[in-house]
Amino acid sequence: MATRRDFLKGVLASSAAATAISVSVPVAARETRSRPPEALGLLYDANLCVGCKACVAACKTANENPPEFSTEDRLWDTPLDTSGYTFNIIKMYRNGTMEQKDAEINGYAFMKTSCMHCADPSCVSACPVSAMTKNPVTGVVGYDASICIGCRYCVAACPFGIPKYQYDQPAGKIGKCELCRHRHKDGKYSACAEVCPTGATLFGRTEDLLVEAKRRLALKPGEPAKFPRGHLRAANLKSAPNGIQWKDEADQSYETPAGKYIQHVYGEKEYGGTQVLKLSGVPFVKVGMPDLPPEAAASHSETIQTMLYGGLALPLAALGALTYVAKRNVVADDSDENADNAKGGHHD
Amino acid sequence: MTKQAVHAAPSPVGGVLTNTATMVCGFLVLVMLAVLVVRFFGGLGAVTNLNDGYPWGIWVVVDVVIGSAFACGGFSVAMLVYIFNKGEYHPLIRPALLASLFGYTLAGVGVIFDLGRWWNFWHIFWPGYANPTSVMFEVAVCISAYIVVMWLEFSPVFFEKLGMKDAKKKLNRVLFFLVALGTVLPMMHQSSLGTLIVVMGVQINPLWQTQVIPLLFLLSAVIIGYGVVLFEACVTSSAYRRSIELHLLEPMAKIMLGVLSVFLVVRFGDLLIRGALRHAFSLNFTAFAFWVEIACFVAPLWIIGSEAARRMPARLFLSGVAIMLGGIFMRLNAFLIGYQTGDGFNYFPAFPELMVTVGMFALEVLGYIIITRRFPVLPREEATH
Ligand code: SF4
Ligand code: SF4
Ligand code: SF4
Repeated sequence: MATRRDFLKGVLASSAAATAISVSVPVAARETRSRPPEALGLLYDANLCVGCKACVAACKTANENPPEFSTEDRLWDTPLDTSGYTFNIIKMYRNGTMEQKDAEINGYAFMKTSCMHCADPSCVSACPVSAMTKNPVTGVVGYDASICIGCRYCVAACPFGIPKYQYDQPAGKIGKCELCRHRHKDGKYSACAEVCPTGATLFGRTEDLLVEAKRRLALKPGEPAKFPRGHLRAANLKSAPNGIQWKDEADQSYETPAGKYIQHVYGEKEYGGTQVLKLSGVPFVKVGMPDLPPEAAASHSETIQTMLYGGLALPLAALGALTYVAKRNVVADDSDENADNAKGGHHD
Repeated sequence: MTKQAVHAAPSPVGGVLTNTATMVCGFLVLVMLAVLVVRFFGGLGAVTNLNDGYPWGIWVVVDVVIGSAFACGGFSVAMLVYIFNKGEYHPLIRPALLASLFGYTLAGVGVIFDLGRWWNFWHIFWPGYANPTSVMFEVAVCISAYIVVMWLEFSPVFFEKLGMKDAKKKLNRVLFFLVALGTVLPMMHQSSLGTLIVVMGVQINPLWQTQVIPLLFLLSAVIIGYGVVLFEACVTSSAYRRSIELHLLEPMAKIMLGVLSVFLVVRFGDLLIRGALRHAFSLNFTAFAFWVEIACFVAPLWIIGSEAARRMPARLFLSGVAIMLGGIFMRLNAFLIGYQTGDGFNYFPAFPELMVTVGMFALEVLGYIIITRRFPVLPREEATH
């Protein structure tokens, strides 16, 4: 029966198994991914935003979403936050007397809330059924309700609180901005950028948008500068990745005095970078953009997963060791059957 | 029935199936079914307080994450008996395995209630859809496999009852493999249940957001397994008025304290190395909840620290309860209390939502009573009622 040697074997086998599934093997570490070179995205410049919410309305129309009411009279669409039916919203920052726009103290400011289209998205890493996917060329993070099981892991995982679920439906879906990818086949880009009167929301390749963002940070506050609107097209690029043929659009740039910027392009490095970039005059944490490290949480999570389950090597090794030990012990149990039964038996 | 040594072969307890306990459980199950009808026709919002700040509530955290940890008794005891070859614990296996079987099977069924698009559930096992890098994929596959393995491990009980000697023999020949699988699978998914929070990144308080969370969840699941066995042994012996198996529980409790010490060393070692311990001294509810969790885990070291104390059923029972509470807090803390996705969201389960969790628990108790009274699970002894 239980000899000391058997016990030690058991200890060895299970500590081998436990170590196998817990110790880190740095070789297998999964690095944070960066944006695909042709990634598409938006540049939101809070200093240019006038809070007209044309983009909120356009987003509703483009995605065929119903209005949401927060006022007594239920007269028009007044969502208080993004939801399963609202994928884009402009939030307001207020401080003290609210005298000055884009000032942290005694000022007010706007901030757009919609999917950031992360380079290494938590939602995609979390989704157990690949209903949330990142297009390898455009980098757009899309959602497919016909695949989704409604587990809401993506909702919990996203650091920006973007995917939302329709709790009031028996067959609720996840709702989130998909960068208007359904409009691309008609040569149309993001509705929010298309309608933005000031160019505060600008559509384009993230690489180009990043150059534009850095240009703005270098501007002298108060000095007139040129600002593009709608679709930022470097070198009159007509066709885009995935063979998208963008519709022609006249240059809509205009001149206006540059604002005062916090010297930080939000989304350049956060969680490995995002395809939607943001500029602001008020510190980003104050306007609801979380302070994120350069490594994506998805890389941490997947590092653990590949370490433990990569090629199923460790689970199989553990299973082998435990099978060996269990075979010895369970068989011993079997052969003892008669003896055991005589004194009451303990066998199944 | 003749009175036998405590090391007796398992046999049905017998007795009536309709008593106060089973009637109450039955009623609670009916209430749950009523709530579920509303949930499936009206959506999750009709019966729960779930929101986008707290997309996971008690149906996930209590029914699945905590429920499956509580169902680790079978795994913890089977590991003792078959892997560490401690045959003397054999009488504890069947009752523990039965509780695990119910715990896991119901956790598996309970997941369906929570899935917003449950009819697509099979996608998780479908090659074209399955996403192997998703922690939830791993958890779902391992738990499903484990449920099947456990039913097979437990099937000798049914074969015995039905007199299917042949089937029992055949199964016994592969039992060793089932035992090995039944050890590896819970190791995999109990650790992964912890890994689930890693992708939530900065939204989880650093007291719980760590790369060693899988190890912490695994160790605590083993400890909870023993804690639940202590608890159940005490409750079953008092409910069925049977003698308590102190000669087994005492050394098992000692093993539990050993694993518990390892767990606490890893827990605090990790907090110190990452410099995260300072968060435990913030003046907020989260820090308070952290200390409650730790207190529950430390308490047994004190309650049953000496051998004499481990021979007192009341103390064993209390330690079992403390460990279970520690497990509850650790998981509530990691998933809900230590989770902050932004201002303006709060969550407390709605009444109908609670009734589903209560109903699931009632179903477990009901099943345990029926099976132990009709099938050979508990060691034979004179049943008094
Ligand atoms: S912002 Fe959220 S929803 Fe959008 S890609 Fe990133 S993780 Fe996914
Ligand atoms: S809710 Fe749907 S999209 Fe989100 S993680 Fe679950 S299955 Fe994927
Ligand atoms: S890109 Fe389209 S879906 Fe996304 S916020 Fe803009 S309008 Fe809405």
